[in-house]
Amino acid sequence: MDAVMLARIQFALTIGFHYLFPPLTIGLGWMIFHYNNRYQENGDAVSQQLARFWTKVFAISFIIGVASGIVMEFQFGTNWADYSRFVGDIFGAPLAAEGVFAFFLESSFLGILLYGRKRVSQRMYWFSSLMVAVGATLSAFWIVVANSWQQTPAGYEVVEGRAVLVNFWEAVFNPSTLPRYFHVVMGALTVGTFFILGTSAWQLLKGRHVEFARASMRSAVVPAFGVIMLTMVVGHHHGFQVSQTQPAKLAAFEGLWETQTEAPLMLFGWPDQEDETNRFALRIPGLVSLFIGGKFDTEVQGLKDFPPEDRPPVALSFWSFHLMFYMGMWMALVAFVGVILWLTKKLATTRLFLWAAALTVPVPFLANEFGWIAAEVGRQPWVVYGELRTADAVSSSVPAGQVLASIIMFSLIYSLLFGLWIYLLRRQFHRGPEPIETLGEGKVA
Amino acid sequence: MVALQIIWFLIIGILVIGYAILDGFDLGVGFWHLFAKRKGDRSAFIRSIEPFWDGNEVWLLTAGGALFAAFPAVYATAFSGFYLAMMLVLLGLIFRAVAIEFRNKVDHPGWVKAWDVAFSLGSILPSVLYGVAIGNILRGLELDEYSDYTGGFVALLNPFALLVGLVGLSMFAYHGALYLAMKLEGEAAERARGWAAKSWWIYLVLFLAAAVWGLLAYLRDLKPVPPILLVLALAEIAVSRVLNAKGRAVQAFLSSCFAIALVMLSVAAALFPYMVPASNDLELSLTIYNSSSSQLTLTAMLVIALVGMPIVLGYTWFIHHIFRHKVEVREE
Ligand code: HDD
Ligand code: HEM
Ligand code: HEM
Repeated sequence: MDAVMLARIQFALTIGFHYLFPPLTIGLGWMIFHYNNRYQENGDAVSQQLARFWTKVFAISFIIGVASGIVMEFQFGTNWADYSRFVGDIFGAPLAAEGVFAFFLESSFLGILLYGRKRVSQRMYWFSSLMVAVGATLSAFWIVVANSWQQTPAGYEVVEGRAVLVNFWEAVFNPSTLPRYFHVVMGALTVGTFFILGTSAWQLLKGRHVEFARASMRSAVVPAFGVIMLTMVVGHHHGFQVSQTQPAKLAAFEGLWETQTEAPLMLFGWPDQEDETNRFALRIPGLVSLFIGGKFDTEVQGLKDFPPEDRPPVALSFWSFHLMFYMGMWMALVAFVGVILWLTKKLATTRLFLWAAALTVPVPFLANEFGWIAAEVGRQPWVVYGELRTADAVSSSVPAGQVLASIIMFSLIYSLLFGLWIYLLRRQFHRGPEPIETLGEGKVA
Repeated sequence: MVALQIIWFLIIGILVIGYAILDGFDLGVGFWHLFAKRKGDRSAFIRSIEPFWDGNEVWLLTAGGALFAAFPAVYATAFSGFYLAMMLVLLGLIFRAVAIEFRNKVDHPGWVKAWDVAFSLGSILPSVLYGVAIGNILRGLELDEYSDYTGGFVALLNPFALLVGLVGLSMFAYHGALYLAMKLEGEAAERARGWAAKSWWIYLVLFLAAAVWGLLAYLRDLKPVPPILLVLALAEIAVSRVLNAKGRAVQAFLSSCFAIALVMLSVAAALFPYMVPASNDLELSLTIYNSSSSQLTLTAMLVIALVGMPIVLGYTWFIHHIFRHKVEVREE
């Protein structure tokens, strides 16, 4: 296997693993703030209990996000040296800003959240909890800026084979930054809320810590519904933006070969890159045109408009995009039923729903992963859209054997970390929350 | 433009110094972790760094990001050139992070033991490798005309670089012992003081050897500056020993902080204006002039740094203030 392919595999592996954790901690971070806030406002002991328990779950997950994030910070240099040389003038700044403005904030206040409860005032504790959530959400901003620039570069010109910044704000707020950022944050909140909902449903099915699990479910069901709806609305807008700036990617998402008006939405099918057709296609006529232009006679560009060497891998883009989409629909359904049951006071007793919610726990994680795979594979063959090809971006000084060795190393370490994470989470769920009477004592994590 | 390039050289230097001082003490604590034999000592060690270590590590991440932003060519050459070494650093940092967080979560002897080892090795490995990297940069690397490193992994393990690697380890070990002496109470603090006193000799000898070798072989444009800084560093190292002997733990630790800063400054001065000197042909070197980002990027980043760094120093002070108490050693 060639060095480029290996570097791509390594990147996909390490970022895919990293990205299991930040969405969870962003989502949990806001829920924990919500609990602390309720406790601050009305001294409600159950809210405090919720805050304490979910902070422990947060801590176990956060640390794996940190451990795998350190790898990401250096991987552009280690594996993508020519990429780094090409984009450095623009791409490094958001990474540095992320450290200065987000990671320091988050890590300092997290110290207080986890170990400082008895050392600061109630108000300061509340504030720390807010800052942890804000810090996590801000770090997502800067990293999304970096990624969005490589998707839809702006505010630069290419001088002597390097991208050179000409307008800082245009580069930061390039065409895809805001849609992507809102969609990413909503996707993260989806993970956090469905995680609380689903794991608590599981507790109820097993008859463990029943009172607490009910309280957890009640607290998460309405937020879950709200954020999944927003995820889809913002996602739709994001899709529109892709159609404007990355037409080849959009055509791959939709499996659209011919440029046409009344472009159909393909619900199911297998795009065949060789034959330039779709097999087993099940289509709804006109819907893609409607989504993108608001009317059926909007023309949508097809893949045949692009030379074969400029097309992304179609089947992979199509399926990751569609899986994300289907998973979103499924979660919307679950959350909707949940809200109805909550209104009729049957949330904690409808076993079928409890099963559905519990089995949905992995779904938002997967939807996030598939969303990114769609975004990143759909960008191929470019690493910087329209400017730099992925094949020209790797570290030419690193022998393929070394990359292979590091892939093996990361696979082993990450499998181990994943196993430990599941193990520690299960322990935490078996133990359940601290009894309300002893809440005043001890550190949180 | 030249002014900006020099400023950015200094800012990166400051970030690296901040990292060496701050993460230095918790890496050092990791070094001593395996030597702690009394019940309760090890968990007290972890608790002494628990609220701080993650923030300390962010100095490294920010230094990495800032290097990428200000001198992308250096970021690309250094990290792809040091590929395997970098992977080992990451291996260490991953296990170390997880060990600190997970060790005290499960009360089972095998579990605790495994994380004790992971924490210690995960601290020792990066401490040595940072030094090795600095040693190699001081010597210069073999570069081709695309500024890619062509020397291979084994060439990085030369005697000078390995010596600097050991300086790094002993420096952090000494620094960590002083930190423990300052943060712990009673007997445990006494023991840490003893460790500091002993490891000081090793630190001193290795430091002198590397300093003399470096001064004789690897000085560049600012010839008189590094020796002056090194003498000042030596003085600080001596002062910290005296203070430690007198039991003035806080002052001893602060002197060690200054010593680290001076050592790192001397490295920067020995390099300036080079960032990665090419050992095969000095013309191929990466300097602050030929590897920097554009004027606009450096300016924008300077604004970010001027706004951000005071806030960061504020957080750092604040969190140390909140957790300023001593850590008690509990029988588990
Ligand atoms: C819970 C997670 C989740 C859910 C339910 C959805 N998405 Fe999504 N989606 C993401 C999580 C996500 C993501 C992981 O956050 C991505 C990856 C890259 C990005 O920008 O956001 C993404 C990417 C992404 C992209 C590609 C952006 C690009 O190529 O640059 C589009 C067009 C959409 N989404 C649209 C949608 C639509 C129309 C959805 C309606 C069901 C939807 N997403 C549900
Ligand atoms: C490839 C690009 C990425 C890089 C270089 C990167 C870098 C890092 C690093 C270095 C950390 C550890 C910080 C610490 O020590 O506290 C981290 C954690 C984190 N990352 Fe990433 N990351 C990447 C992708 C992402 C993405 C796509 C997101 C979100 C949209 C994200 C959000 C976060 C958050 C919120 C944390 C805090 C830790 C946590 O909550 O688990 N990162 N990242
Ligand atoms: C966090 C979720 C993310 C996931 C799951 C993800 C996934 C992937 C995948 C699957 C690839 C390989 C694509 C291919 O080669 O066919 C890739 C490549 C890449 N991604 Fe991402 N990505 C994420 C976020 C980011 C972010 C935030 C950045 C930049 C800040 C980024 C930068 C890159 C780069 C530089 C490559 C390598 C070049 C390439 O193969 O195009 N990614 N990513």
